[in-house]
Amino acid sequence: MQILSKVWLFCALLFISSAASAQLTIEITRGSDQALPIGVVPFAGNEGMSEDIAQIVQDDLERSGLFDPLERSAMFEKPSQADDVEFGTWRSLDVRYLVVGRAQQTGNGYQLQFDLMDISGQRRMIGETVTANANDLRGAAHYISDQIFEAITDIRGAFSTSIAYITAQGLGDNMQFGLYVADADGRNSQQVLTSDQPIMSPAWSPDGRKLAYVSFESERPAIYIQDVATGQRVQATSFDGINGAPSWSPDGRRIAMSLSKDGQPEIYIMDITNRSVERITNSNSIDTEPAWSPDGRSLLFTSDRSGGPQIYQHTLGSGETKRLTFTGNYNARARYSPDGDQIFLVHRSSRGYQVARQDLDGGRLVVLSDSTRDESPSVAPNGTMVIFATQQGNNGVLSAVSADGRSSFRLPAAQGDVRDPAWSPFLN
Amino acid sequence: MQLKPLARSLAVALSIVVIAGCSSTGGTQDGDSYGSQDGSSTGMGAGTSGAGTGGQYGSTTGSGSGAGQQADSRIPEVRTIYFDYDRDTIKSEYESAVMAHARYLRANPNAQVVLHGHTDERGTREYNMALGERRARAVQRFLNIQGVSNSQMSVVSYGEERPAASGQTESAYSQNRRVVFNY
Repeated sequence: MQILSKVWLFCALLFISSAASAQLTIEITRGSDQALPIGVVPFAGNEGMSEDIAQIVQDDLERSGLFDPLERSAMFEKPSQADDVEFGTWRSLDVRYLVVGRAQQTGNGYQLQFDLMDISGQRRMIGETVTANANDLRGAAHYISDQIFEAITDIRGAFSTSIAYITAQGLGDNMQFGLYVADADGRNSQQVLTSDQPIMSPAWSPDGRKLAYVSFESERPAIYIQDVATGQRVQATSFDGINGAPSWSPDGRRIAMSLSKDGQPEIYIMDITNRSVERITNSNSIDTEPAWSPDGRSLLFTSDRSGGPQIYQHTLGSGETKRLTFTGNYNARARYSPDGDQIFLVHRSSRGYQVARQDLDGGRLVVLSDSTRDESPSVAPNGTMVIFATQQGNNGVLSAVSADGRSSFRLPAAQGDVRDPAWSPFLN
Repeated sequence: MQLKPLARSLAVALSIVVIAGCSSTGGTQDGDSYGSQDGSSTGMGAGTSGAGTGGQYGSTTGSGSGAGQQADSRIPEVRTIYFDYDRDTIKSEYESAVMAHARYLRANPNAQVVLHGHTDERGTREYNMALGERRARAVQRFLNIQGVSNSQMSVVSYGEERPAASGQTESAYSQNRRVVFNY
């Protein structure tokens, strides 16, 4: 048994590669007209460093859709600390907030100091000194973005999170699939697994350390659980038929999934420790795509028990099952917002498949995305953005839209299809 | 298990009823084309022409159905059959191909087939996994009614994950909605 797990570890390590062949880039596709004007001044002492700290912060804030950053070319003053900020100068540029900072080399890294200024209130809101390793300057910059975002919006920033996604190239029997993890801005992509058989449905454990996913590497689907940092992994299921759509419980002890071992695909809950499964749904129809509610008390799932796919909510314990969607004849793969008040799902309209949002207290369905083949919505842990898969030309790309639908951006890859994104929980 | 021709065509009709009953949409189009088979004494659909899915399949289907008992020692050549959008009904034009597999599997009880179900890319991935399985199981049920032992068959759905054709055209979609016989 121990030898077996060592072999597993060895194999898994082979899969890990820092070769960033599926690097993603960012394109802002829709800006909100209600975005807050902010200036992020280049950090003093940034010259000669491998990363432009202010640029990373500016890009983070712009991507959130809540901020409209001032162009650098419009900055005729470059203060680097709170005392040097001339409020009148920035007010005349219609800037409401200003970020200034400086970098200083230390032993094997940098000290980054920043201040966030409220221009109209003429005051310093927050400031902090951040110690950063030379090889984690991007992480330090995302941390600064998180502090600024929270100070202004009262919402926890999600810039220091990750996204997992699947890549695919080729056709039919000649395909290559990859499972990657990248920073939330698409950078630093790391290959977690590669296979000539399909990989799909990555799902983060609530502590952000593990991914459950479906792999066909044994020539049929099975669910695996892999530690992202060490690469160590185990096969969690290999039942006859479909082993699909894993979703972790908020306490990290159980995984909801779809299994067709007893006929039609049904929702089951597996206890991760002893691998026992409990059947949740009982219908002569397709039941799949479970998603756990943030409070752990209920599951969303897709079922075609009424004819076409619709979203249902199953209350654990009581077993009460309620249909949630009634708009249109195709609603599938729903996910809860982090506060549990809304769901995000794939909705088919006359124009095709789009990401939509629906309030749970009887609200109507609101379409958020504007393409024709949008799928796999995954909500940021702070609930502000939804990342999803879409099509650009003949390629699958990742895109994100703000939860209010006002702003969006795209994450195109250099080559092949990118799909099935999963936004990580908060990692710190 | 050997069925007499009449019993066999009854079995075909029965399998159609079972499959149609399990189809979520249960439309009329496929049912009508099956209906035209009822008078046929062979039930092999030898005269069926490919209805718009491309000539390459139509011609191989024709030769497969004419091969008769001598072909039972060889794996039938037509190993992919195609489906209508959102359907798991075996179209009449592929009936003879599926029957040829049934004959082969009955004649070779040690042969094993894995039925791979596929969908086009429209819709969500895991839901399509379920639809692909539904297609492969429809073929499995059909073969079982034709006397093929379930122990000779297994089903793997690939959903939309392994498309045979790329692009967002109906032509590509129709090549991707398929069940493949893998021996």
